[in-house]
Amino acid sequence: MTTAATALETGQGSSNGEVVLEVTDLVKYFPVYSKGLMRRQVGAVQAVDGVSFALHRNETLGLVGESGCGKSTTGRAILNLHEPTSGSVRFEGRELVGLSPKQMRPIRRDMQIVFQDPYASLNPRLTVASIVAEPLQIHGVDGKDKRRERVRELLRLVGLNPEHGNRFPHEFSGGQRQRIGIARALALEPKVMILDEPVSALDVSIQAGVINLLEDLRNRLGLSYLFIAHDLSVVRHISERVAVMYLGKIVEIAGTDALFSRPAHPYTQALLSAIPLPDPVKERTRQRIIITGDVPSPANPPSGCRFRTRCQKFARELNDSQREKCIGEEPALIDRGNGHPAACHYAEVVQLL
Amino acid sequence: MAPEMPAEMLGGPAPGATRKADPSAVLEVADLTVDFPTEDGVVHAVRGVSYRLRPGEVLGIVGESGSGKSVTSLAVLGLLPKSAKVSGSVRFRGVEMLGLGDKEMSRVRGKGISMIFQDPMTSLNPVYRIGHQLAEAVQIHDKSVNDKAAWDRAVELLTLVGIPNAPDRASNYPHEFSGGMRQRVVIAIAMANQPDVIIADEPTTALDVTVQAQILETIKTAQHETEAAIILITHDLGVVAGMADRVLVMYAGRPVEVGSVDEIYYRPRMPYTIGLLGSLPRLEIGQRQRLTPILGSPPSLLNLPPGCPFSPRCPMRQPVCDDIEPDLIAVDGLVHMSACHFARDLAAKDVSAEEVFVATGTELEDPAAQVIAAGGLLGTLTVPDDSPPDGAVDTGSASADGTADTLTGQLPHPAGDPSTETPTAKSNPAETR
Repeated sequence: MTTAATALETGQGSSNGEVVLEVTDLVKYFPVYSKGLMRRQVGAVQAVDGVSFALHRNETLGLVGESGCGKSTTGRAILNLHEPTSGSVRFEGRELVGLSPKQMRPIRRDMQIVFQDPYASLNPRLTVASIVAEPLQIHGVDGKDKRRERVRELLRLVGLNPEHGNRFPHEFSGGQRQRIGIARALALEPKVMILDEPVSALDVSIQAGVINLLEDLRNRLGLSYLFIAHDLSVVRHISERVAVMYLGKIVEIAGTDALFSRPAHPYTQALLSAIPLPDPVKERTRQRIIITGDVPSPANPPSGCRFRTRCQKFARELNDSQREKCIGEEPALIDRGNGHPAACHYAEVVQLL
Repeated sequence: MAPEMPAEMLGGPAPGATRKADPSAVLEVADLTVDFPTEDGVVHAVRGVSYRLRPGEVLGIVGESGSGKSVTSLAVLGLLPKSAKVSGSVRFRGVEMLGLGDKEMSRVRGKGISMIFQDPMTSLNPVYRIGHQLAEAVQIHDKSVNDKAAWDRAVELLTLVGIPNAPDRASNYPHEFSGGMRQRVVIAIAMANQPDVIIADEPTTALDVTVQAQILETIKTAQHETEAAIILITHDLGVVAGMADRVLVMYAGRPVEVGSVDEIYYRPRMPYTIGLLGSLPRLEIGQRQRLTPILGSPPSLLNLPPGCPFSPRCPMRQPVCDDIEPDLIAVDGLVHMSACHFARDLAAKDVSAEEVFVATGTELEDPAAQVIAAGGLLGTLTVPDDSPPDGAVDTGSASADGTADTLTGQLPHPAGDPSTETPTAKSNPAETR
C-alpha cells in the first residue's frame, strides 16, 4: 500500500461505486430509571454515540469491538429494530430514521439481518421450509407453488438439501441452522445484509464453511454486508474495510490491509496484539501490548477520549500537558497523517503483525 | 483402545521407563473411558484417553464442543455425576485416584490438583465475600492457619493475580467484580495451596480478547508462582499456540494427535488437525485466502459406527477407515503420534490443508462426493481401484461459484455408502449437559 492508495485506503470512499447505506451521527441512548414508585429517568446508557459510516454496493464493512461497545446496537438501530435516539440512516438515499413500522416494512425487503445464535433465531415449531417461506408470505411474494419452488432453490443455494425442508430446526447442527437463517434472510433478495456475529457460535471447522458461503453469496448476488463481529481474524478475512468501535464510538476506520498492517489508534493496536495467533513461533516472539482494566460503563463514560482510562499510550508515553488534551477534548475521527482516520489526538502507526 | 501402545510413547521422555511408577509424571492418565447411560442409550463421551503430565509442563487439550475434553478432566477430579461410568486409570503422583471416595478426593482437590472453570460467576459463591472464599480455600487444607492469617494470605493472592487495591477489594462480593476480575479470583483460589497440577477448562472463553490477554498473563504468573503443571483445555488454537508445550487433539472422545506444539502446528499428521488449522482465518496472513472447512459435523457419541470416527468427514477416506479405528501411532519420532491409517503417508508428503480439503462454501450432503472432490490427492497417496479420473471436480473452481458445489450430489458415487445420514439428528447429550 503506497500513499497513492486511494479512497478505499482512507476508509472514506470506495472504488466500489455507489453508497447503498449511509449512517450519519447515529445515536442510541437507553434510558436508566430510578427505583421506586416514581420512576424518573436518572441517566442514559450511551450504547451508540455518534457513529458515521458509509456502506458501498457489493462491499463488506467489518464492525469490530469488544462486548458492550455498541456494535450490535448499531446494527439494530440501522434497521429501526431499536429506534435511534438521533442521527440519520439513509438507504439508497431514503431516510429511515423516524419511519413508522408500517412505512419501514417495504424497506425491510432490501435490508435483512442474520443473528448470532442459530438456536434462538429459528422458530422450533416451524419446519425449515416454512421458516424460509415466511418472509415471502409476509411480503406477498409469488403464489404458493412458486414459493415452494423458491424455498427449495434457497436451501440449495446455502448448501442444504432441499429434501430436508420438512424437517425441524432441532434436527440440524449449528452450522446448518445458521445456513437456514441465511436462507431466510436471502429469501427476499435483499441488497444489504447485517450479519450480527454470524459465526461466533460455531465451531471453527463449521465456521469456515459459513464464511466461505457468505463470501460466495456476496459475489454472486451482489450483496453488501455489514459484518459485525468481535473476532478480528474473521473480519480481516471477509471485509474490505473495517471500523473499530469502542464504547459507542468508531475509533478507527480503514481499508482492511491498512488497518491490520498500520493500526494508528492505541485501542486497535491493543486489540490486535491481544489476539492469540495460531502459530507458536510468531506467538512466542511477538510484541504484546496488554491494556489494563475493563471497559468502563457506557452509562458514565470517561470525559474526553473514552479510551484514556485503559490507554497504554496515555499511561506510559504522554506527559501531563498532553494528557490534559485527552481528558478535556474528545478526539475527532480524522486522518492525522496515518493514511486513514483514527480518533486519537496522538495517533501513530505501530506495526504489530 | 490401543492396548498394544506403550504408554511411554505419550510424551514420556524416557522410552525405557515402565508404565507403573514413572517419577517424571505428576499426573498419569491411562485408557480413561467415560460412559453416560441415557434414555437413548449409552453415550461414550470419552473413549480411551491416555496422557502423562510432567511437572511444570503445559499440556493443551484442543477439540470441538462435544469432543470429550472437559469430561476427561472432570473425570480426573472425580467431579462427574454418579451416573457416569468411569474406567481406566488416573494416577496422581503414583497414587490411583479412580475409585477413591469423596473424602479422599477432597484432600487432592484444590491441594494437589486444582481447577479453573470457564464461567467465573458460577464457580464463586455469590453470598460470600471474595476474601472469605479465598481464605476458605487456604484453611480447608491447612487447619492450623487462623482466620487472620488466612485473610492475609487471601489479600496476598489477590495482589498476585493483579487485583488493584486488594486489601479493600477482598471484602467485596463477586457481583461487584467484572468478568475478568472474577476469573482472576478463581485463578487465585486455584493457586492458593501450591498445587502440582492446575486444570484450566476454557478459562478465557467467556471473556473479551483484551481481558483474555490479561487472564492468560495471570495464568502464566500462577504457573510461575506455584511451578504447577497446567492442563489447558480450549477450542482456541491461538491460545494453545502461545501457552502450551505439548498439545493433545481430541475428536469424538479420543486423542487423535499428540505432539509438541510445534509439531502439531507445523507438521500435523492427522487429517482432522490439518483441517482444523486450515479452517482458521489467519490474522497474521493477509486476507483472500480461501478457508478449507471440514465438511459435515462431529458424530454422535451415542452409536458410534466402527472405524475411524472422523472418516465420514475425511476427504482422504479409504475403505479401511470404515472398518478399523486407527490407533495412535508414532510419526516423526517418539513424541508425535497420530491416529490415522495414513499418518506416515501424510508425513512423507507433508501435505497442506488446501491439498486435503476442498475450499468450498457449501456442505456437500454426500460424503462420497467429498471423496471425489479430493480425488486428486487420493490418487497420489494410495490408489483405490475405483478412484475417479483426476479433476472430476476441480477443487479451485468449485468454490468460485456457490452452486457448483450443490451439483456434486449428482455425481456418481465411487466409494463408500451414499446413504449416509446427513443432518446429525441431535447434538449429543454429553455436550448439552
